[in-house]
Amino acid sequence: MSVLIYIDNTDGKFKKAGFEAVSYGVALAAQAGSEAVAVSLGNVAEAELLKLGNYGVSKVLSSTDERFASMDNQAAAKALAFAAAKVGAEIVVLAHNNLGKAIAPRLAVKLQAGLVSNATGLPLNLSPFTVNKNVFTGKAIGHAVVHTAVKVLTLSYNSYGVVEKPVSVNIEAFDAGLGDADFGLKVEQTQKVTGKILLSEAEIVVAGGRGMKGPENWGGIEELAEILGAGTACSRPVSDEGWRSHGEHVGQTGKIIAPNLYFALGISGAIQHLGGVSGSKVIVAVNKDPDAPIFEAADYGIVGDVMKVLPQFIEAAKELKA
Amino acid sequence: MKILVLIGNVPDTTTKIKFNADKTAFDAAGVQWIINPWDELALTRAMELKEAPGSKVESVTVANVGRQETEATLRKALAIGADKAIRVDADARDAFYVASQLAKVCQGFDLIFAGVEASDYNGAAVGGMLAELLGMQSVSAVSGLQAEEGFVRITREIEGGSQTLTAATPLMAIVQKGIAKEPRIPAMRGIMMARSKPLEVLSPVDTETRVSFASFDLPPAKAACKKFSEEQAKELIHALRDEAKVL
Ligand SMILES: Cc1cc2nc3c(=O)[nH]c(=O)nc-3n(C[C@H](O)[C@H](O)[C@H](O)COP(=O)(O)OP(=O)(O)OC[C@H]3O[C@@H](n4cnc5c(N)ncnc54)[C@H](O)[C@@H]3O)c2cc1C
Repeated sequence: MSVLIYIDNTDGKFKKAGFEAVSYGVALAAQAGSEAVAVSLGNVAEAELLKLGNYGVSKVLSSTDERFASMDNQAAAKALAFAAAKVGAEIVVLAHNNLGKAIAPRLAVKLQAGLVSNATGLPLNLSPFTVNKNVFTGKAIGHAVVHTAVKVLTLSYNSYGVVEKPVSVNIEAFDAGLGDADFGLKVEQTQKVTGKILLSEAEIVVAGGRGMKGPENWGGIEELAEILGAGTACSRPVSDEGWRSHGEHVGQTGKIIAPNLYFALGISGAIQHLGGVSGSKVIVAVNKDPDAPIFEAADYGIVGDVMKVLPQFIEAAKELKA
Repeated sequence: MKILVLIGNVPDTTTKIKFNADKTAFDAAGVQWIINPWDELALTRAMELKEAPGSKVESVTVANVGRQETEATLRKALAIGADKAIRVDADARDAFYVASQLAKVCQGFDLIFAGVEASDYNGAAVGGMLAELLGMQSVSAVSGLQAEEGFVRITREIEGGSQTLTAATPLMAIVQKGIAKEPRIPAMRGIMMARSKPLEVLSPVDTETRVSFASFDLPPAKAACKKFSEEQAKELIHALRDEAKVL
């Protein structure tokens, strides 16, 4: 019996969401009295695979097949089902990121497993297997019960955290025996956002809404983000107007984020916006309207003009980091 | 080319979420129902593909799993422009149950659109499970799609960027923001025409429930917001460091 954790890579490097999934899987295995095994697909160097030991997993299955670089969820699901059978996995854990979301449903069907996506913590109960998940886009929590022998979980970002627990690692190569017909996607071009903190990875996010008045006023947001090592985000109308790129749109229909600290500057706090950010640990709001709904979600707030407040935030952040 | 768009029936996004007294089920009293936002965008894109000059799209069909009360949502999809609707007459119990019901509806389509998730239970699973049941290629996080002869060209979001790729049809495209700019709103003429469009009702197949909800909770109430004046902005930053310990 074991808990299998899939850790995805971008160009051969693991990301925080994956380390979080490993930390979670290791704790889950301890809870269930079984062994945690990590599995990696694609060309990942040994030095990178060894990093997984920092998070408590001592056995790593690795298939260095180059073809996984196309991030074909059909092929990946097949390979993971193979790995799950190999180690007798009772539970499979994936990060709830783009790739994890794509693979998990296919894998669940292959393993005849119940799937809980967006799980937010360790099981409340192992029998019946019960785990919390976000529902209604963060407006409620559901206690999901899985009735099948095998379970697949995707872990909500920043809900469990990364836990260091160094152990030595044993890497085992495996070949899932996939043919070229299993890789049906032909990648033509990849565009990467470079030199910016990814929203999905950012621990601090500085976001602006329509109250920022126009794209020409984003200099302050970028400056504050730069000083704090934060990512930048915006409300939907801001991206709809083309003031900022679509990748920055957070909320119900955009990205769902859960940083430790979220700055909402000139954002009213519409229910659809809050859906995407209410998982943030601490929310700071600046809005000139004392009745703006954002203040109901915020931990710290200033009723005032963001144009006057933002320069002071930047000042204070500079002093803090100096 | 025949297109199928899966349509989720979900509470309006402004709904204040409530549960029944023992917190075992969502309280639907007074709730307005809408097309799941991503499905609405998918349908909009399907209509754009059908209406494009030189289009090879013969028809756009919409399908859902739900009881009779969900027909209003399907009629709205017909009013937006779909040619035909199919409803499997069952409660949507879990993602696997829904996917199993839809599997028999999906035969004969070249392109199937599903939304990245439903805004109610955020399962993010029906499209992928259905593709697996059908043995069909799927692409997730699709934010753009062009139909070509025998294949489609897709833009999808990946961690830290985006990618263009091609895939042969039949294909399941699991779509998100970007697939269409603005959702289409039904026009008066569309609403009139929708009344006479076919809406087929199918009975469900027997399938196990793999996941259920024992109960629900609302998130713990937040402590009141700590307010600072416009002049005390620097003190707020200090509080983030000293009190909240997030800086
Ligand atoms: C189906 C659906 C899905 C949606 N999904 C999303 C989503 O994913 N994300 C999202 O963000 N929205 C979403 N929306 C839109 C949402 O309802 C709101 O319209 C939107 O969030 C408002 O953006 P905003 O706060 O930037 O703008 P506004 O609501 O216009 O608010 C601007 C705020 O700035 C304040 N302000 C103005 N000037 C100043 C100043 N000088 N100093 C300080 N404050 C100032 C104002 O008091 C106001 O509160 C969705 C809507 C629908 C119907």
